[in-house]
Amino acid sequence: MNTHKKINAVNTNNDLLKKLAHNLERPSKRWIFWVIFLILIILFGAYALVRQIIDGQIITGMRDNAAWGLYTANFIFFMGLSYAGALVSCSFQLLRIQWAKPLLRMAELLTVASLIAGAPFILYCIGRLDRMHYLFIYPRIQSPITWDVIAIMTDLLFCIAFLYFTHIRDFARLRDYEGLKVAKWRMKLYGFLALNYKGTPLQKKYLHQAHDIMAAIIIPTAIIAYSLLSWLFGMSLRPGWHSTIFGPYFVITAAYSGVALLIVIMWLYRKSRKLEEFITNKHFNYMAFGLLILGLFYGYFTFSEYITDWYNQTKPMGYLMAKFLDTEQYGWLSLFHIAFTLVVPIIVLGIPWLRTINSVTFISAMVVLALWVKRFLIVVPTLETPFIPIQDIRPEYNTYSISWVEWALTFAGIAMMVLIFTVASKLAPIIPVAEVEDVQEEAKPLIRFKTQGA
Amino acid sequence: MNDKDKKNNRRNFLKNSLSVSGSMLALGLGPNIAKGGNNPSGTGEKVKVLTTEGKVIEIDKPATDCKIDPCEPPKGREARKGIPGRSFVMVIDLARCKNARKCIEGCQKGHNLAPDQEWLNVYLMKDHDEAEPYWFPRQCFHCDVPPCVKVCPVGATYKRQDNIVLIDNTICIGCKFCMVACPYSVRIFNWDKPPESDVPQEDYSPESSVPAQVGTVSKCDFCPDRSREGKLPYCASGCPMGAIYFGDKNEDAVSNGTETLRFKQLIKERVGYRHLEDLGTEPNVYYLPPVERMFDYKSGLKDIPEEKQRVYDNILKDEHPQKD
Repeated sequence: MNTHKKINAVNTNNDLLKKLAHNLERPSKRWIFWVIFLILIILFGAYALVRQIIDGQIITGMRDNAAWGLYTANFIFFMGLSYAGALVSCSFQLLRIQWAKPLLRMAELLTVASLIAGAPFILYCIGRLDRMHYLFIYPRIQSPITWDVIAIMTDLLFCIAFLYFTHIRDFARLRDYEGLKVAKWRMKLYGFLALNYKGTPLQKKYLHQAHDIMAAIIIPTAIIAYSLLSWLFGMSLRPGWHSTIFGPYFVITAAYSGVALLIVIMWLYRKSRKLEEFITNKHFNYMAFGLLILGLFYGYFTFSEYITDWYNQTKPMGYLMAKFLDTEQYGWLSLFHIAFTLVVPIIVLGIPWLRTINSVTFISAMVVLALWVKRFLIVVPTLETPFIPIQDIRPEYNTYSISWVEWALTFAGIAMMVLIFTVASKLAPIIPVAEVEDVQEEAKPLIRFKTQGA
Repeated sequence: MNDKDKKNNRRNFLKNSLSVSGSMLALGLGPNIAKGGNNPSGTGEKVKVLTTEGKVIEIDKPATDCKIDPCEPPKGREARKGIPGRSFVMVIDLARCKNARKCIEGCQKGHNLAPDQEWLNVYLMKDHDEAEPYWFPRQCFHCDVPPCVKVCPVGATYKRQDNIVLIDNTICIGCKFCMVACPYSVRIFNWDKPPESDVPQEDYSPESSVPAQVGTVSKCDFCPDRSREGKLPYCASGCPMGAIYFGDKNEDAVSNGTETLRFKQLIKERVGYRHLEDLGTEPNVYYLPPVERMFDYKSGLKDIPEEKQRVYDNILKDEHPQKD
């Protein structure tokens, strides 16, 4: 068995793996405490969910006018991160961008982790979770919710498949790496997950093709899925939602938030796992360029959306606009959103001497937060501005306020995402070993031009 | 349908209008039938009925109040079809509304709603700066192009052939997409457990909408179960001003319980309109503009406690400049 393994070992040079392996070995106390802390947050969220199921949605902040709230905002936010992760990792894969190879796994994990953490938020909005199977028994294809159910399930399937495909070679490496000090069951698990991959030319070719095909499928899937999500709003007649720009606007917003969060994740792993050698200044610099371009696009879309609604206003649109400018309503949140998605990032990312690893990361974190606020500003103020004025004595029916249940589940969602990252990067190196070791490779040209004389 | 057919239909209808079976006209005319929810039934009693010539005559009261066969509201799939040949409409005379809120009370009692659940509400509206405010009762508009029905992922809410949009709360998953899609804020959600109901669950019909279920959406159902019994909806029969007319477009008749009018003529003469017509939802609730009003809008504020009047601040701020 041993000889067989040695002969067919995928790569005998384990220098890179040696550097990263200690992250996979015996978890430190700090790691265990961190995981327990995350699980506690998730359990508290679970408790909140149980309370919501038992007591009814009366314990949330949602009411008849703001029938959707933080859950929906979180849902769009997490789905956006997921689609962005998919867009980034798949375009890097297809375009053979060499410098980005160490970032591939983070982007893929971002896709799956935010999808798993974010998709349940749409379920929390549902009043009768016991009837969820009706979505399949009595489906109506005309409903944007059905589109979304199909899109998210497709996307989840594709993204998990892609994440797994990109792990196979590393699982094989770990299986064959004898110096790895981990429990036996984990070695067995690597062996199982590696699917008998031995790096034969045929296996290599097929796996490579599978990567490319999945990447090529996921890019349009992600764009379609997120556009469908935007039409959950765009299809309504409500002011602020009934907008033709919503599909592309959502996609660009998603990309912007996802790239920003990817920079934060890069920073966190670089610090906590001492990956300065792999995630370098160059990576932050290039990603900051990407973020700047996305930020400018985002600014263009935001401007287009608001200027057309503002220049000549219908009455309901005017009421909505007034709320964004009123500091007693959504003025401060709107200002925060504009400041930290447009003004500050474009200044900091655009001026070279302001661009450091830490400043870029800080700005990225603020962009993520501001885009989360933006999702809230998309969902709630519109619901509070119906065509027929709200004349209700109960203040909680007039304006939405977030209840502890919704906060608990929100933090549980964030904790879930962090937990998936924490565990996944314990199971396999966060830097895709086999991918980074690969020799430089050029994208296969679609059309081969004949060179002169040939 | 061409004009000839229409005429024929009308003639047929006129022939039948004296026989009580299936005539909304007839139901409108017996004030005691339409007004009281629980009128005592007995044979030998006389009821007044309007003839096609507009004369009031007395006929024997039938043994049952049933006007539409079957009298029992249908359940499940049957309830999705609607009453054949009917085209229910509502006409609200804004000149008569003085915010008595009896329509709301009647509706809440009839549908076993919690005190703060309002399937219909009376809003204080003001169209522009120069306009006088007016009271605006708003039921479900039972649109012909209902945005709410389009978006339902499970078909729990549906449009019937008799114009009515209903919700089957045994199918509703409570996603609230319909509430968000409705431009008229008509739909409400059972956030909390609904009040106890005498009606057992197996008697639930989407037409009667009781008993309610927690975590599902509910709304005005146009009371087709009452139409089957020859009664007006709770709001129409409850209105002391007779501001709410209910009837059948096919029969070209609407009634508020005391008078029955030709629908087309009424809309034509009083310039009936539909709220937010531009949205293209084709509502089946028509409004008669608040001209030559019977009451000052202020009389509607009289019975409203001071702290509740706060909700009208936006509308009233220009009306009482001295208060500012």
